Amino acid sequence: MNTPPTPSSSNRREGPPADGFSILRPPSPPIRRARHRTVLPGFGISAAITSLMIVALVVIPLAVLILRAASLGPTGFLAAAWTPRARAAYAVSLGSSLTAAIISSLLGLLVAWVLVRLEFPGRRILDALVDVPLALPTAVAGLVYSTLYVEKGWLGQWLVPVGIKGAYSLLGIVLVLVFVSLPFAIRVVQPVIESLDKDTEEAARLLGASRSQTFFRVVLPGILPAVVTGFALALARALGEYGSVVFISGNMPFKTEIAPVLIVSRLEEFAYAEATAIAVVLLGMSLSMLVVVNDLQQRLVRNSQ
Amino acid sequence: MTSKPRHAATATSPLGLLLITGAVATVGLLIVAPLASVFVDAFSNGPQAWWEALAHDPDTRHAIWLSLTVAPIAVLINTIFGVAAAWLVARFRFPGRSLLVSLFDVPFSVSPVVAGLALVLIFGRQGLLGPTLAWLAVKVIFAWPGLVLATTFVTLPLVVRELIPVMEAIGPEEEMAAVSLGANGWQVFWRVTLPNIRWALLHGVVLANARAMGEFGAVYVVSGHIAGATDTMPLRVEKLFQEYRTPASMAVASVLAALALLTLVAKVFIERQLETESKELEAARAPGADTDPTTGGLGP
Repeated sequence: MNTPPTPSSSNRREGPPADGFSILRPPSPPIRRARHRTVLPGFGISAAITSLMIVALVVIPLAVLILRAASLGPTGFLAAAWTPRARAAYAVSLGSSLTAAIISSLLGLLVAWVLVRLEFPGRRILDALVDVPLALPTAVAGLVYSTLYVEKGWLGQWLVPVGIKGAYSLLGIVLVLVFVSLPFAIRVVQPVIESLDKDTEEAARLLGASRSQTFFRVVLPGILPAVVTGFALALARALGEYGSVVFISGNMPFKTEIAPVLIVSRLEEFAYAEATAIAVVLLGMSLSMLVVVNDLQQRLVRNSQ
Repeated sequence: MTSKPRHAATATSPLGLLLITGAVATVGLLIVAPLASVFVDAFSNGPQAWWEALAHDPDTRHAIWLSLTVAPIAVLINTIFGVAAAWLVARFRFPGRSLLVSLFDVPFSVSPVVAGLALVLIFGRQGLLGPTLAWLAVKVIFAWPGLVLATTFVTLPLVVRELIPVMEAIGPEEEMAAVSLGANGWQVFWRVTLPNIRWALLHGVVLANARAMGEFGAVYVVSGHIAGATDTMPLRVEKLFQEYRTPASMAVASVLAALALLTLVAKVFIERQLETESKELEAARAPGADTDPTTGGLGP
């Protein structure tokens, strides 16, 4: 297929050349068409498949969800979505997800930095292991974490006597949420650290800045937008997580019950209206978080420029 | 002071060692310890007990079979969608394009439980299409079509997100050359596009498959959790755990964990191929390289 182009082959394609230079000077109309990309086939069929899938799987389900919640009316919606138990669940969800996303962002920054900047034996293995939470089913993570941190578990036997309960507690929820969200925090920051200009840091050091000054004044402004993106992804993932939390939290109403767990338990009681209302609040929470974080990120990018 | 000694010094300096220790401890405690304990716990009663827990329990056998059916169907649907959507977005400019791209990511920010609930509201007995489906005697919720729909939803962004950047980096020149030489759409796709994107496509498929095999929240809501009928492997893990059969639960979990490790090995291999190809692409684009006259004018 890809025979190296020779002058003669391109001559054949473009018809008889007017002069020898026409080979060097590419004809302009095809290039303009290339920019507009209208010559390629398949617009119709790819547009049809894409819009069918997006409309059927994303737009209609979410619209139905929101319309169903709207059909409850304002008072009905509040009565369903704003019960004391639901409010407690939002607080647990939001609190544990924010905590987990902050921890993930800090640990993620540390791990990403070490992976990019430091050379040590086992670095590549460490790099590959970072992706485990993306591939490991969350149910497995939840199961394992709960057995690790109970009183007789590998880690629990040391931690529980000192008063650290990592299973059936808020701490347990935060732990599994850090597990599921850590790769997002690492993988977003890593390429940005790779692209940092080391000369600027060196210049700062040579001009007499201390290590911490260099980090906070030179390095951090450059990577902060990426850290914020990682935080947003980690938060979105943590807010919606169900599989791992349901194993480890104990799911005690008002204490360790997160919003997704409450939705499921309402569904199992066939309380569809209540489940839908809570789901819409959860959806609104994650979408508004994304908007806020997006805005913050754009401001950071503008400031660092 | 040159940059090389400084760089090397950081790795062995006290601060460098501290940072490395911190990173290794983070990954070790949060990721490696749980992963190792799955296998240790699964085989704590010997391989015989492990095998019996998997093969001699009909409900577990059914769950394995169901997972191995549902995940490939969902991945296949997403592969077709991913290729079509990436072709659309990376090769054409049209109004609403950026809105469409942001819609691809919606499943990432929607809780799987909420997605499952939305499907129940449409296809469930009291849902929008409930009466129609009952009349047609088609079961979606509490049956495998619901599992496929839920799994497809949560894995929707994975293939297309891998393909778009790669297709944009490669550019449309080779495909346009093929068209100008008289190739039809399928020929362009099979002979030009697919060979160019094969590793990125495989990368997306591997990730989507891992997520599809392991999906819990969305599947939990639509499956009804019926043992021997609509329990997938992750749901089986939970049910066994609830029934205080932790060793059996761990056995199923160990199969899923082994699959995850396999996924990672494949991922590392594919990423290496991708890296090589993107370097080749860069070399071909570099100034002074032997460029085709039809693409030469498009270079930066």
